[in-house]
Amino acid sequence: MLIFELSRPGRKNPSQAPAAPAEANDIPAHLLRRDKPLLPEVSEMDAVRHYTRLSQKNFSIDTHFYPLGSCTMKYNPRGSHQMAMLPQFLARHPLAPEATGQGVLACFHELQEMLKDVTGMAGVSLTPMAGAQGEFAGVAMIRAYHASRGDAARTEMLVPDAAHGTNPASAVMGGFTVREIPTDRDGNVDLAALKTAVGPQTAGLMLTNPSTLGVFEKNIQAMQQIVHEAGGLLYYDGANLNAILGRVRPGDMGFDVIHVNLHKTFSTPHGGGGPGSGPVGVSERLLPFLPVPVVTLDAGRYRLVTEHDLPQTIGRLSAFMGNTGILLRAYAYARTLGGEGMRRVADFATLNANYLMAELQKAGFDIAFPQRRASHEFIVTLKSLKDKTGVSAMDVAKRLLDKGFHAPTTYFPMLVPECLLIEPTETESKQTLDAFVAALKEILEEALATPELVKSAPHTMPVRRLDDVKAARELDLTWKA
Amino acid sequence: MPFIPHTEEEIQAMLSSIGTASIEDLFDEIPPALRAGQLSNMPPALNEMAASRLMQERAEADGRYLNFIGAGAYEHHIPAAVWQIAGRGEFYSAYTPYQAEASQGTLQLLYEFQTMMASLTGMDVSNASLYDGASALAEAVLMAVRAHKSARRVLVPGCVHPLWRGVVEALVKNQGIELVAVPYCTAGGDIVADALKQFEGQDFAALVIQQPNFFGVLEEVDELTNWAHAQGMLVIGAVNPVSLGLLKAPGQWGSKGADIAVGEGQPLGAPLSSGGPYFGFMCCKQALARQMAGRVVGRTVDLDGKPGFCLTLQAREQHIRRAKATSNICTNQGLMATAATIHLALLGQDGLARVASACHANARALVEQATAVTGVERMFSEPFFHEAVITFDAPVADVLRALEAQGILGGLDLAPYYPELGNALLVCATETKTEADIARFVENLARIVARQSSAPSCTRLKPTATSKW
Repeated sequence: MLIFELSRPGRKNPSQAPAAPAEANDIPAHLLRRDKPLLPEVSEMDAVRHYTRLSQKNFSIDTHFYPLGSCTMKYNPRGSHQMAMLPQFLARHPLAPEATGQGVLACFHELQEMLKDVTGMAGVSLTPMAGAQGEFAGVAMIRAYHASRGDAARTEMLVPDAAHGTNPASAVMGGFTVREIPTDRDGNVDLAALKTAVGPQTAGLMLTNPSTLGVFEKNIQAMQQIVHEAGGLLYYDGANLNAILGRVRPGDMGFDVIHVNLHKTFSTPHGGGGPGSGPVGVSERLLPFLPVPVVTLDAGRYRLVTEHDLPQTIGRLSAFMGNTGILLRAYAYARTLGGEGMRRVADFATLNANYLMAELQKAGFDIAFPQRRASHEFIVTLKSLKDKTGVSAMDVAKRLLDKGFHAPTTYFPMLVPECLLIEPTETESKQTLDAFVAALKEILEEALATPELVKSAPHTMPVRRLDDVKAARELDLTWKA
Repeated sequence: MPFIPHTEEEIQAMLSSIGTASIEDLFDEIPPALRAGQLSNMPPALNEMAASRLMQERAEADGRYLNFIGAGAYEHHIPAAVWQIAGRGEFYSAYTPYQAEASQGTLQLLYEFQTMMASLTGMDVSNASLYDGASALAEAVLMAVRAHKSARRVLVPGCVHPLWRGVVEALVKNQGIELVAVPYCTAGGDIVADALKQFEGQDFAALVIQQPNFFGVLEEVDELTNWAHAQGMLVIGAVNPVSLGLLKAPGQWGSKGADIAVGEGQPLGAPLSSGGPYFGFMCCKQALARQMAGRVVGRTVDLDGKPGFCLTLQAREQHIRRAKATSNICTNQGLMATAATIHLALLGQDGLARVASACHANARALVEQATAVTGVERMFSEPFFHEAVITFDAPVADVLRALEAQGILGGLDLAPYYPELGNALLVCATETKTEADIARFVENLARIVARQSSAPSCTRLKPTATSKW
């Protein structure tokens, strides 16, 4: 039932509306709305009940284990949420004088400093509103850097084939062409191919490390040399920063620019698809190009650094200062962890991933890179199961929903056939991981004994498997009365 | 260990299953030179009680003011139920609804969101949100250029939000797209036909029309839309969603309607919160649906023919199309769209119209009373929605500082953005302002302006108050 179907003409919710509208207005008639918008006419209780019930049709971290690879679905502390929702924080206008925002600006400045510390970079801007916008900021800074040196030939961005789709898409938005670099059998970027690819046209390399294959790039130092010697810059996609938080700093690996997904590593909520936050950190040579505003401490007062202070900035990425409420949540989380807590994130995310990988291997699952350590995530390939039973990775994923577990990431990275990319995160207990292994074992048995049961899963969700081909062909994007 | 549940016994059992002696060993593939020592600049851990105390002190330091600043972010009443429901863990801590069967709550809600936004803007379809209004305008510009095929230039009037213009420039310039300025009329505060004549017969992909514009002024949207269409351009309407409770929807502008409608969704349930998170919306005509940026939810059926919802048109998106995607956007502002949907359901048709009317009525009252003060005048002649530019014979920055000392944020000084306007103050009143609030503002303004205009400008004691562009 849609909210519109609950609607009854003439039903009003007066406690949420201002007193009777002023009849007179001086707006010319031809600028006024003639039709009524299709908004529901329901009581407050109708709306509350409807959306509460809808919420109950979701899986979420608060209700289920959510081992989505490369998404870092760890516990989102309720404390961080409450602290970011303090009334004075919520009421402050983004263009209010800086003198009326010293409290919130102090939080942002300290967050910048903490991010500099964990990434090993020289400067941080908090404004990018998600990972992809952080990537855009990174490639735009690389472009501005080469342009400032009069080096117009660097038009090509190198992206490993295992990268998230946002990497090539961001490179294109930054005005670059994309060249893919293949992966070797061990899951590392193919060094020989990288050597062949670099040249005077190379603007940079975008790298996720640990990669989306769940392994640390062993040759990172050699790669860094190859790209820098060719005159390119190195971009670090922080999607997997949880794996090395407090243990390895991208700045020490020689990266020039990094984005951090606060909605992954710093436990801010995913919110059913956002808001995220993707601050960027840079090395010394990219400092002049940081997106504004940045917070600075000037003679004991916090203030915003703008275009006037940073004339070479790549500019503004949002009207104000990005997803500030998310920054407050990340700040509260970082303060709760402290330095030692940060390091434990990487330790226990890695412990959980390696334990789960070991247990699944013992249970008969094929690990994509069994010769490697898992980072904070790893890949199971179900190719042999598919060949034997016809049961696909998608079928297994859907059957997991029936068992009360959210599915891992499926069919990404595309290099590994029938793959499940599994990331347990540090906040899950051994009991939960053991229960997950038990569920996957049951599904394996079902796949062999009654494959149809798995292929037709899920069976216990609010709907059965949905026809996404029909959804794309016969577009129905809005309800019509 | 904050948020880490492991007992010592479990850690040992897990290490023994892996076949390793210590957690340290799990990092043995990382070159030793790269393994950092202790972090150098990290404060010690706080428990929740101590962290809360710290954050409360920070929040209290910022205080509370009677706010008359608008300029792209507006103070509105948000029903209590909005964030109590949007803050439920099932919405708050869910991921992007890629696993449709386990995400029907979010997906149905977004389908309702798309329906509401499309109807509000008078468009056929809507996406499921973008980052904010400014970046949504940038995506609309890119979309118009894709759809137009030949032109890579877009007309952007000077009365479009200056910060938005900056964002659009930053986001599109690397793709060789040129934004061409259209001058605004310094008398009316709007775009006039004369200013457009010079562009006739040239190849532009689109004309951007912000309604109400940055000055709060209402544009002659019918005339502008028809002009752009006659020139073979698309029309991008940048609109305030609350104003659409009262104002004509972009889909009804001119004889054919705008082609793309975008805007800042913040007025629908998002707190001001120093600038975010807000959300951008993007709606368009059916013919452009496959050119949209960002996620889109569609209704379909399951194996039993039962209706259900899933993400659709994913072939446009980066995770499928990679370098050929319509945008790099992945994470959007889902939770803010969730709040907006609940907000609109609680207000309903009647409620939204009443909020819009009350905003307009309060802004009129504010302007009428302020301009009754000697020396205070409205700067532009054309009608406005809920904010307006006033001018007086005193330095705006000084007046604002004096108002701030009285607990009032009196508006936005336009000097950094429009130095040509002289002493220009953009003031806003929404439905949250009472008669007493407006009277308090005007009384203080009258006193301060009278004093300031008879005294020389005082020396600046503090850094400039607002962020500049």
